[in-house]
Amino acid sequence: MSKATPRTSNIQNPQTPNRRSTFLRVLKQLKRYKFMLVLTILFALVSVACTLAVPIFFGRAVDLVGEIIAAPASGINQSTFSAIFTEFAVTGGLIALACLSQWLTGVLNNRIAYNTVRDIRDEAFSHLQKLPLKFIDSHPVGDIVGRMIADVDQFCDGLLMGFTQLFTGVLTILGTLVIMLVINWIIALVVVVVTPLSLFVAKFIASRTYSLFKRASQIRGEQTAFIDEMVGNLKVVKAFSHEDENLEKFDGVNERLEKASLKSIFYSSLVNPSTRFINSIVYALVILTGALMLAFATPLPMVFTVGKLTGLLSYANQYTKPFNEISGVVAELQNALACAGRIYEVIDEPCEAPDPSNAQELEEVKGDVQFDGVSFSYSPEKKLIEDLNLQVNAGQRIAIVGPTGCGKTTLINLLMRFYDPQKGEIRVDGVPALDVTRKSLRSNYGMVLQETWLKNCTVRENIAMGKAGATEEEIVAAAKAAHAHNFIKQLKGGYNAVIAEDGGNLSQGQKQLLCIARIMLALPPMLILDEATSSIDTRTERRIQDAFATLMLGRTSFIVAHRLSTIQEADLILVMKDGAIIERGKHEELLAKGGFYAELYNSQFAV
Amino acid sequence: MRKLLKYLVHYKLQSVLAPLFKLLEACFELFVPIIVAAIIDKGIGEGAGAGYIINACLILVALGAVGLAAAVAAQYFAARAAVGFSKELRHDLFKKMQGLSYSQIDALGTPRMITRMTSDVNQLQTGVNLVLRLFMRSPFIVFGAMIMAYVLDTAAGNVFAISIAVLCVAVFAIMLVSIPLYRKSQTRLDGITAASRETLTGARVLRAFCKEDDEVTSFRKKNASLTRSQLFVGRISALMNPLTYAIINVSIIALLYTGAIRVEQGAITQGTVVALYNYMSQILVELIKLANLIITVTKSFACAGRIAEILELPSEDLSGVPQTSSQNSSVISGEPVLGEPVLGEPVLGEPVLCEPVFGEPSVGAGGRTTPFIEFDSVSVNYGDAEMNALDDITFSVERGETVGIIGGTGAGKTTLINLIPRFYGACSGKVLINGVNVEEIDGQALRDMCGIAPQKAVLFGGTVRENMQWGKAGATDEEILKALDTAQAREVVEGKSGGLDEPVEQGGKNFSGGQRQRLTVARALVKRPQILILDDSSSALDYATDARLRKALKNLDYDPTVFIVSQRTSSIRHADKIIVLDGGRAVGIGTHDELLKTCEVYREIHYSQYKKEGA
Repeated sequence: MSKATPRTSNIQNPQTPNRRSTFLRVLKQLKRYKFMLVLTILFALVSVACTLAVPIFFGRAVDLVGEIIAAPASGINQSTFSAIFTEFAVTGGLIALACLSQWLTGVLNNRIAYNTVRDIRDEAFSHLQKLPLKFIDSHPVGDIVGRMIADVDQFCDGLLMGFTQLFTGVLTILGTLVIMLVINWIIALVVVVVTPLSLFVAKFIASRTYSLFKRASQIRGEQTAFIDEMVGNLKVVKAFSHEDENLEKFDGVNERLEKASLKSIFYSSLVNPSTRFINSIVYALVILTGALMLAFATPLPMVFTVGKLTGLLSYANQYTKPFNEISGVVAELQNALACAGRIYEVIDEPCEAPDPSNAQELEEVKGDVQFDGVSFSYSPEKKLIEDLNLQVNAGQRIAIVGPTGCGKTTLINLLMRFYDPQKGEIRVDGVPALDVTRKSLRSNYGMVLQETWLKNCTVRENIAMGKAGATEEEIVAAAKAAHAHNFIKQLKGGYNAVIAEDGGNLSQGQKQLLCIARIMLALPPMLILDEATSSIDTRTERRIQDAFATLMLGRTSFIVAHRLSTIQEADLILVMKDGAIIERGKHEELLAKGGFYAELYNSQFAV
Repeated sequence: MRKLLKYLVHYKLQSVLAPLFKLLEACFELFVPIIVAAIIDKGIGEGAGAGYIINACLILVALGAVGLAAAVAAQYFAARAAVGFSKELRHDLFKKMQGLSYSQIDALGTPRMITRMTSDVNQLQTGVNLVLRLFMRSPFIVFGAMIMAYVLDTAAGNVFAISIAVLCVAVFAIMLVSIPLYRKSQTRLDGITAASRETLTGARVLRAFCKEDDEVTSFRKKNASLTRSQLFVGRISALMNPLTYAIINVSIIALLYTGAIRVEQGAITQGTVVALYNYMSQILVELIKLANLIITVTKSFACAGRIAEILELPSEDLSGVPQTSSQNSSVISGEPVLGEPVLGEPVLGEPVLCEPVFGEPSVGAGGRTTPFIEFDSVSVNYGDAEMNALDDITFSVERGETVGIIGGTGAGKTTLINLIPRFYGACSGKVLINGVNVEEIDGQALRDMCGIAPQKAVLFGGTVRENMQWGKAGATDEEILKALDTAQAREVVEGKSGGLDEPVEQGGKNFSGGQRQRLTVARALVKRPQILILDDSSSALDYATDARLRKALKNLDYDPTVFIVSQRTSSIRHADKIIVLDGGRAVGIGTHDELLKTCEVYREIHYSQYKKEGA
């Protein structure tokens, strides 16, 4: 239900698919399973036909029962009984056939739907790997994951329901109508005329309750947000003794929620009794006309019996049910199409431009990096880096400082080719970065970011990410170099300890140490350290700095740091502000200059 | 579940009426086949006439109408009870959560608490609603049909009994087998969700290590295993419809056969056979409904259990009633007398209303000056951890002093300051304020004394003014602006077009980290607390702003006792007293200069931050 609420779409494609094209696309997606589709339709036909035929034979049996004369053990009913047995035999066969084909339809439908869904998820996931970082950065993770999971699930449900209920439903309605017409067209007409009433009532109630539901879910959303906020920060709430005010506010929302849910739940629960009532009217009418015809035996234009009346009664019942189901299925299908549309939007997002066919593999990098007139901004309205020129020689240590938002992280994004510059060129060892494969470029950098990210797998696997096929000794050595060995040993399971999603079971500092261990294992020719030690306490940090110092020997390194002590030894300090490098030089030079850097540096000693 | 039943107490009437009306509706439905039988036997067979048939049909419609009325009433009462139930439950749950202690909050974890409050309660509401509507109706129709069959004819009744038994076995067997399988595929789906989330949050690192292809391979594997388990359970649950269909129809065959024999014996009529046939058709629908009801109820039971778990937690004891009688503590009376130490006999069992507005330190019985705040060999252990989070901490602080607390991550800094407002309790040792153990001070009064800027700088949805008024209800703009000035946050507010009315988004997302930190400091200052606690509240501030903040705190006219937790020595070097924590132990207590001489850890921290300057 909640899944069906319209989500604000913030993935917008120029060619946002409309319902029709989505439908065609779904059909195309199903093409792989066309053989199964044909089979399932065939089986559905068989099962509907059998199901519809069964009451006819029961009706005949009832008529035969009417012919039985109450004369126990007289043997005069012998022939009637054998006639009844014949009917039973036929019915039994039909029932068996109906069951088998019903089950096969079910199995085939599952197969088609689940496999299709698997195909879509696979496609979407591998597409995610190729999407530009720009897309990932600008879309909430929850939104994309929601599309991949909830939307696809919803689509799957819709698909399954569509196959199982829509198709058989329509067949059942048509079949029932034909049979009723054949048995007694007068009664059939009565049914056909009155039945729409139940659909009308159901629709009437549904349309009235829609706004009630919307209102209730809106208030529920409000309440959830409040709970999220207050329970999420319960410690602060308690620190300020704000419990009573909160409870009062909560009760206010709670009260409104109660009223709104009562309305929506009550009114929507009227659908069933109302349609049941209409159905009982239909039932009464069928009996009335049927019984009157039989009682007065007026010359009828058809043969009519009690058995046929019984049959008609169950057909009349069957006839109304699929209508209610179908209206549900149609809504479900529309929803499924909308969901499919949302996941297709992700799949249709343009990929990163592929590496040019003649792209070189970057090997044995020395570590010269050049920025030549590079301009870049995330959005055209807000300029960021403009005409940046920088020459970094192999083995140099470059520190980047400046206030938040000055473009430090952007520089890293450009180095790693997470983003490409709009103007100018970055060259590594003289080769334009755009002319080498992304993979070979990236594998020459070792990157530790402030925002640590660990995979939900073992500690060993996380460290080994730095180097495929690393030996146990190498992994342990890397962990030791990163001063992570000791705490890993203390974890339950040691190197085999599984890191929880989002690294929940480790402290921020420990996570950073593991990220550093990855780099210690990979030993790439160039390093990027973005606040790599920000969460590590200063004593451990000092020890790691020593390890970093060894690591940085002969490696081109880019260091972003908050703590000025960590960058004093850099070969070149770049002071950035608003996307531009406003000062560059060594620590002493910059201090002597008495500019922005000096101000920044001296302020840490102020009282 | 039973514990939660009390939330229905206010809706007793509705909870009884709902199933009763449902029962009524079901009764009316059960009459229908009998009337049909009468029409066939009397109206058609015996020629009772058109009037009889029309009357009978009118009765059918009337039964439907009465049934509708009963159903509407039942739906209303059920909805009323369910909604009211969940409202009261949510109220209590929210209240309970707000009453939990810090350690209970730690143990539960936020996501769990939020799930309990939202989806678990909703699920339970659906369960209550459904139970009230169906738990009488469905069994009643199923067994009612059987009883009617027995009334009409014993042999036919037997057929009913057997078919119901077989149906039950089939339906519940399929459910029992498929539910755990569904759960398994749900777990696999969760795995897929996690993998999708991970690949997005870790996009940079994964790409940096060129792991894209590995990601796809492992996703495909997980996805395929999800599909496999879905197909497996699908095959089993696809049996439900055909199997029940077969059972019902075979039962009808048996019924017609038995009916035929009984008609031959002269025991029943053709109309009765038709009635029995109709009863049989009614059973199936209700039985399936019953099965679904049982699934929902099982789920609701699980939710109810989880909710009850939270409701059963003991609430934090804020009363300040001492657990053990401690005789030597001087108790502060509710009547504060300025400039005069208040002494008194310990009043056991009565919370101390702590409104200590003392100008001078109290003098203890021994003539020794009682320090304002005193830690007396305090140790803290969270749960059953091997190491104490704080170990044997002893120090004292005079009124108006500034205390710096420094140390690495996990050294115990936050734990230490959380002991003062008694957010956590000491496992051994005592924390004393004005010589009174904090355990014996009324918790509310104690917390009113303290102004805290927590490590996580959170603001709440509302306006800046509303956020500031968290510190002191009804604080005037003047008071707020003064606090903002001290916290160096005036410029933050003035930089926004709305000033104090500037809306704050949930979590304060429309303010930067540094802005939030300054605003949370201001919030703590609004109430002019006697004890001000800043837990790493200047980490996102640049050095210059941090320095200005410290200076402004020094110049406050009400002279609060200030605790500053920090990772950088620059923030605390001018404190009257610095406590250096390492692994839960105080490895050094003294001033900056003293510690530089005597404390190795402090020296190491300091020089790692100021290489060149030395001291």
